[in-house]
Amino acid sequence: MIQVDGLKKRFGAVQALQDVSFSAGDGKITGLLGHNGAGKSTTLRILSTVIRANEGRALIDGHDCSTDPLAVRRSLGVLPHASGLYAHLSGRENIRYYGELHGLRGAELNRSIDRLVERLALGAVAERRAKGYSQGERLKVGLARALIHRPQTIILDEPTNGLDVNAVRMLRELIRELRDSGRCVLFSSHVMQEVAALCDDIVIISHGRVVVRGTPAEILKATGAPDLEEAFVRAADQGEVA
Amino acid sequence: MGAMWTVFRKEVLENLRDRRVIVSAFFFGVLLAPVIFGLTTTMVSKRAVANQDKPLNLPIAGATYAPNLVQFLRENGVKVEDVELTSDQAMDAVRSGQQDMVLLIAEDYGKALQAGESAPLSLVVDTSNSNTSPSADRARQLLSAYGHQLAVLRLMVRGINPTVIEPVGVHTLDVATPAGRSLLILGMMTYFCFMSMLVGGFYLAIDTTAGERERGSLEPLLTLPVSRSQLIVGKMLATSAFMSVSLLLTLATFGVVLTFIPLEALGMSANFGPRVILAIFAIMITFVPMGAGLMTVVASFTRSNREAQSWLSVVMMFPIAPIMFAVVTGTKPSAGLMAVPSLNQHLIATSLMRGDSIPALHVLICAGTTLALGALLVGVAIRLYQREAILG
Repeated sequence: MIQVDGLKKRFGAVQALQDVSFSAGDGKITGLLGHNGAGKSTTLRILSTVIRANEGRALIDGHDCSTDPLAVRRSLGVLPHASGLYAHLSGRENIRYYGELHGLRGAELNRSIDRLVERLALGAVAERRAKGYSQGERLKVGLARALIHRPQTIILDEPTNGLDVNAVRMLRELIRELRDSGRCVLFSSHVMQEVAALCDDIVIISHGRVVVRGTPAEILKATGAPDLEEAFVRAADQGEVA
Repeated sequence: MGAMWTVFRKEVLENLRDRRVIVSAFFFGVLLAPVIFGLTTTMVSKRAVANQDKPLNLPIAGATYAPNLVQFLRENGVKVEDVELTSDQAMDAVRSGQQDMVLLIAEDYGKALQAGESAPLSLVVDTSNSNTSPSADRARQLLSAYGHQLAVLRLMVRGINPTVIEPVGVHTLDVATPAGRSLLILGMMTYFCFMSMLVGGFYLAIDTTAGERERGSLEPLLTLPVSRSQLIVGKMLATSAFMSVSLLLTLATFGVVLTFIPLEALGMSANFGPRVILAIFAIMITFVPMGAGLMTVVASFTRSNREAQSWLSVVMMFPIAPIMFAVVTGTKPSAGLMAVPSLNQHLIATSLMRGDSIPALHVLICAGTTLALGALLVGVAIRLYQREAILG
C-alpha cells in the first residue's frame, strides 16, 4: 500500500516535483506513466527512501518514508532502472547478498533463494557470473534480488526497457502473480500500451504534477479521449498548459 | 554489525575475483618493489666490494728514476706497470679512459730528493670519473704516506722529534653502526611500504564508491534496510583489509630479499628479522584507517571511475612527500615529528631497522595522532554518504 500526498522536490534550480499525490492499493497493479523527465524517477526515488522530499508525505504500508526509512525498506522491494548486478558475483551470490542485507540467514535464506531460482526458471544461470548475462537474465536475477525478502510493496522502474518479447511476457506474468497474492505493485513506464496491458490503476504525471489518475475507464472518461493512447497525450498536454 | 560484515565479505570476494585488482594491488608491492630494491642495492654493493678487493693498478712513467718509491708502492700491494709516456700523452690516455691514472716521475726527481728539495711527482687522474676516483684516492694516500715517511726520517737524522710536523693529531672515530650506514637504502623501504598499502587499497576505494555508483548498483543498495554508515564502513573495512595484506606481503618479501643482498660487504647490516618485521607492521598498520578514509573520501567526491583514478594518483603523493623529505635531509626522530602521519611511521620504522631504542612516548604519539586522523577521515566519509549528491 502506497499513499503519497503533496510531494514536492527541488534539485537546485529545478523543481522536479510540483505536487504529486496518489495512492496504490494492495492487490493492485498501479502504473506511473509520464514522458521522460516528467518526475517518475524522482517520485520512485523518494518512495524507495534514496532521497527525501522537500514537502509532502509518502507512506508505504503505513511507514513514513522520511521519518522511518528503515521500516519502509523492510517492506519494499525495488527493481531499479539499471540492473546494478555485481559482475564478478554469480546470480545466486547477487541474490544472497541482498538477502543477507535484509537480515535473512542460514536455511531460511537458502530456501528463499531456491524458491526464486525455481520460480524464475534461473537454473544454471544462477551459478554463472553476472558478467555475461543477457538482458533477460539480468532482469530475472534483479527480480529475484528485489523479492528475496517477500516484500509487501514492489516498485519497478521502467522494467520492460530493452527486453525481448519472451522476457516481457515472463515479467507480466510475474507481476500479475504478485498482485494476485495481495501485493501492491507500482511500476513506471513511458509507454502507454505497456501500462494499458497490465494496470488496474493508472497515474499520469507531467511536469512534476499528477494530471489524471484512476482506472483506465475513468481516465478515458475524464479526458474524453477515444483510447488510452490519446488520453495520455491529452493529459500530458494538459500538464503543459498548467 | 551483521550488515557491515556482509558488505565487507562481498567486497573482498568480488575484488579477489577481479584480476585487474589483484595484479595492481599485489604485483607492485609484493613483487615489483622488493625486486627493484634488491637489484639496485646488489649492484651498489657489488661495485663497492669490487673496488675494495681489486689490487691498485698504477702505470708509472719514469719508474727507473725512483726505485725506492716504486719499491714502497709494491710493498703496499700496488701492481706497478712501467709505461713510456710523456706528460701530454699521459693526460690524453687518462682523458680518453685508456688508463685510470698515470704517475709521472720526472728525470730530476732523484736530484731534487738528494738536494732536500721538494721532489716533483705528477698523478694524472680524472676526478669526473666516479669509477676511478676510489683508486685515485688510494694512490694519493699511498704517495703522501711515502712522503711522510721520508720527512720523518729526515727530521730524525737532524735530531728533531718528528711530531713537530704534526702540530695537530687528528683521529677519526667512526661511530656509524653497520645498520646505521644502510639507513639511506633502507629508508627507501618505508617508502615502498606506504606505496604498497596505498596501491593495495586503491582499486577497492574506487570500486566500492565511484565504481558502484557508475555501474548503477549503488541506488538499489541504498533501498535495503541497512544504514548508510554500515555500508560505507563495511566498504572501508574491505579496503583496509587489502591494504593490510599488501603491507604484510611486502614486508615479508623484503625480509626474504634482504637475506640475498650482500649488505655486510658494504659495511652494513640490516636489522630485519621476523620480530622487526612484525614491529614495523604493527606501527605501519596504524596508517591503514587513515589511508582508507582518505581514498574513500576523495573517491566519493568524484563522478566516475576514471575521475577517481586521476584524483587518487595525486592524493597518493601526500603521505609520501614527508618521507622523501626525511630521507633526503636525514631528519632525526623527535616527539613533535611524531604528530606528522606517515613521517612518524617512517622514523619509527627506520629506528627499528637501525636497532635504536624508541621512546614509548613516541610510539604513543605516533599511533595516537595517526589513528585519530584516521577516525576523522572515516567520519567524513560516513557524512559524505548521507548526502543525496552521493548518487551523482
